[in-house]
Amino acid sequence: MSVFTIEAGLALLGLALLLVEAFKPDISRSTLGLTAIAGTVLALVLLVFANHDSASLPSFIQPWHQLDTLALFYKGFALVITLLVLWLTLECAPYLSRYTVDGKLAEMFSLPLIVCAGMMWMASARDLVTVFVALELVTVSFYVLVAFARKSALSLEAGVKYLILGALSTGILVYGIAWIYGATGTMSFDGIAKALANPATSKTAALFGAAMLLCGLGFKVAAAPFHMWVPDVYQGAPTPVTAFLSVGSKAAGFVVLTRALDAFLAEGSIIAVEVQSLLLVVGSLTVLLGSLPAMFQTSVKRLLAYSSISHAGYLLLALACRESARFDLSSGGIVAFYLATYLPMTVLGFLVLGLMRANGLGEDIKDFAGLAKRNPTLALLMTISFASLAGLPLTAGFIGKLFVFLGLVDHGYWGALSCAVIAAAAGFYYYFKTVLAMYTTEGTDTSALTISTASKAVAGVLAALILILGVYPKPLQQVLSSDQAGVVAK
Amino acid sequence: MSVLELIIALPLLAALAIWLGAPARAASMGATLINLILVFVTTIQYAGKTGLAFTQSRPILDNPSLSFAVGADGVSLILALLTTLVMLAAIWQIQDRPAIFYISSLLIGGGALGAFLATDVFFIYAFHELALIPTFLMIALHGRADAAQRKAVAWKATIYLGAGSLVLLAGLVWLVLEFSGGSKLTFDLEALRAQAALTPLPIAKQGQIFFVLLLGFGSLVSLFPFHSWAAPAYATAPTPVAMLHSGVLKKFGLYGLIRIAMPLLPQGVHVEWVQNALLLMLLGNILVMGLVTIHANRLDDTLANSSVMHMGYIFLGIAAGSEVALKGAVILMFAHGVSIALLFGLCGRMRNQLGTLEYSKLGGLATHAPAFTVLFAFGAFASIGLPGLTNFAGEVMIFAGSFTNFKAAALSNLHWTVFLALWGVVMSAVYMLRAYRGIFHGNATTGLFMTDPAVSQRVPFILLATTLLVTGCCPWLLLNLMKSAL
Repeated sequence: MSVFTIEAGLALLGLALLLVEAFKPDISRSTLGLTAIAGTVLALVLLVFANHDSASLPSFIQPWHQLDTLALFYKGFALVITLLVLWLTLECAPYLSRYTVDGKLAEMFSLPLIVCAGMMWMASARDLVTVFVALELVTVSFYVLVAFARKSALSLEAGVKYLILGALSTGILVYGIAWIYGATGTMSFDGIAKALANPATSKTAALFGAAMLLCGLGFKVAAAPFHMWVPDVYQGAPTPVTAFLSVGSKAAGFVVLTRALDAFLAEGSIIAVEVQSLLLVVGSLTVLLGSLPAMFQTSVKRLLAYSSISHAGYLLLALACRESARFDLSSGGIVAFYLATYLPMTVLGFLVLGLMRANGLGEDIKDFAGLAKRNPTLALLMTISFASLAGLPLTAGFIGKLFVFLGLVDHGYWGALSCAVIAAAAGFYYYFKTVLAMYTTEGTDTSALTISTASKAVAGVLAALILILGVYPKPLQQVLSSDQAGVVAK
Repeated sequence: MSVLELIIALPLLAALAIWLGAPARAASMGATLINLILVFVTTIQYAGKTGLAFTQSRPILDNPSLSFAVGADGVSLILALLTTLVMLAAIWQIQDRPAIFYISSLLIGGGALGAFLATDVFFIYAFHELALIPTFLMIALHGRADAAQRKAVAWKATIYLGAGSLVLLAGLVWLVLEFSGGSKLTFDLEALRAQAALTPLPIAKQGQIFFVLLLGFGSLVSLFPFHSWAAPAYATAPTPVAMLHSGVLKKFGLYGLIRIAMPLLPQGVHVEWVQNALLLMLLGNILVMGLVTIHANRLDDTLANSSVMHMGYIFLGIAAGSEVALKGAVILMFAHGVSIALLFGLCGRMRNQLGTLEYSKLGGLATHAPAFTVLFAFGAFASIGLPGLTNFAGEVMIFAGSFTNFKAAALSNLHWTVFLALWGVVMSAVYMLRAYRGIFHGNATTGLFMTDPAVSQRVPFILLATTLLVTGCCPWLLLNLMKSAL
């Protein structure tokens, strides 16, 4: 079976669920949810056993599709995060449905499947048109998801903000693509890399196009100075959607960035120096503008939003460090590794937030007061998640940061390194402020909180993943380095 | 599987078991007792050997090369022995406290064991961090001041030690980059050592890196002027945490200097400006903190400040860098760890019984608590450096080892420092004897009196006091372990 069939099947399943719900309104939400989950699990299993050779793709899609390690990795990644989001939606359903117009959640189960298909497609993109179409498939679905809790003013506000800024960034992205096409005469990444290596190519036009493209993608991955929408949208969107945005949307943006930068920074590229400096500046700015305001947040959800910005900054800095013989991983591989560690810790954080919400609690730091007494398991899970987000040794988050920092040191980017160190230090402060609140303060309410066994199991798996990746990251490294992941330009 | 891995894993597993619901006291006592026996047997097996033994390496990342590698030489075994001894005493003396006291003690001790027995720079660093977190949490959660004050103390320690750790990390990364042969980054201490022996760095650069490491490791050991977190932290910390941090975990910085900085940068400490800076800082520890200690008016203040002060002698051994001085430094690390843990343990008991530690309110306690007084005397006299107790052996070796190449006409800065540092011994005698006499002798004018601990509660303190006596009379027991280590 070809990988493309799986993607198409997933999108079709999403459409089918949408239709079923439209024509058979009394279908129960657990049926819908479980069908979507079953479809995703099936897709994941099929992906493992599918033919991983590019030649197996249908001939009409081959010019635009590639299957390298990075593409396969991100496809798996998209499926896993979709699975977790679907499950989280089902877990939060009783609470979420109070905020929807008809008390139903149908689209919340079908749209993630379509988003997932879009992300999987994007991972394989070989040219800017495919990137654009896939990206829009993802973004447009997210417009709906973010504003899904219609009865909540915050969610509506978030939806409008995301729509306007998302549309704007799409415009800029297309503009950049047009300039690049104008400068290089091609849309494919391979072609762009070749054209940029040719000194006759107009440098100004190519650079302008590349800068616009980076601006457009900067919006998607929440890079400074295009990050202003993130805290409001993250806070307003339903928690499962926030988790999806924070992990899925970010990963999708970074696949495209990895591919585009492989072309822009390929051997002999005329714009390599400028693009690299741009990345360093934007990356340094992003870590700082993510971390420093986070220190003053009182809402954990907003705090996670700022933390998500600063993680985007680390990832950008990783991309700025090109291949070094000192690492087995390419910069694209390091980004993939970082995102793989970012997934369990972020989802775990949002999962705890969702469970708190399901117990009728808010999302402020003060709601976490005394959590250690009310439910020690929940407090421990949150501690593991936050310790890893802060980058504490022996957790997955540390290994990811280690790669980024070593890369910066190895290339001698001292300015960016100092920004990253300051951001990491600030990170320790704001993550542990929340952890301390759980353990050292007494809340007004001291009744015990209950969480379902299924939640415990999923959270336990995520926490175990964080710790295992923290002490034994070798297998993941080997998967990502099994071929020269991320190198498109041959 | 190396026995060292078992030694590191046992306390961590016990902590996990307690968190999952195992009986706290039984599990932690059992694990610590087994661990003490394991370390003891391992040490006996090591006696007479040289170099690293019991090694085991499990790669966890290929390139940059990172592995969970363990191995022990005399220095690490002496410190592992210190850790398990203090752990047993600290856990034994806990009474009527929630499980988190046991869990945090196990985590601090387990982290320290990991830091002392790992041979991969990454894990050495990571284990130390693992041990620091419960320390901060316990001070903030169960410290002995009111909530606002103990949080302030915990934050202060966190900021100092966090900043110190960052500087340290920068220095370690610098080392790794300089010494990783070829294109492969490695964190393995043995590989780095081999590379350092093969192609030593230029002397000026050794000095620079050594200084960065000195600042990083130094702030973890309360090197003057980065010391101001230590005294309030120890005075506020719950007893087992104070015993474990001041006794064991603080030695990590010194261990790092001796184990990582000095072998990789053999000329680093002898670069003139680095040595002068270190001498000035350690004189700050000995003389300034000595005077501060004399002026303390509470027992916990005296002990906490004296613990900062005594680090100065160990730094003197490192500054001298001679074989004898360094071995003396290791012995003093062991001795100070045992004696300060003994004193903090007893001090904690006094506070629980009397409710105050102010000298003006205490007196004549010996009348009703003779055994307690004797035990305290062991700690106090060891701390002063009385011959027959381990601290004396360490201090003598440091002073003798630092005072080499003496020519009256041309005294080096090191010689002058030794002259000045000797006054520290006098100051120790002044504050310790005054505290001892004021608290235990004289008339019980204030109506406060305490009783001896039950026999079973004396055991941990007797264990520590005996250790001081045995290794004090026969310091060769420890010296024999360090035939080649330095």
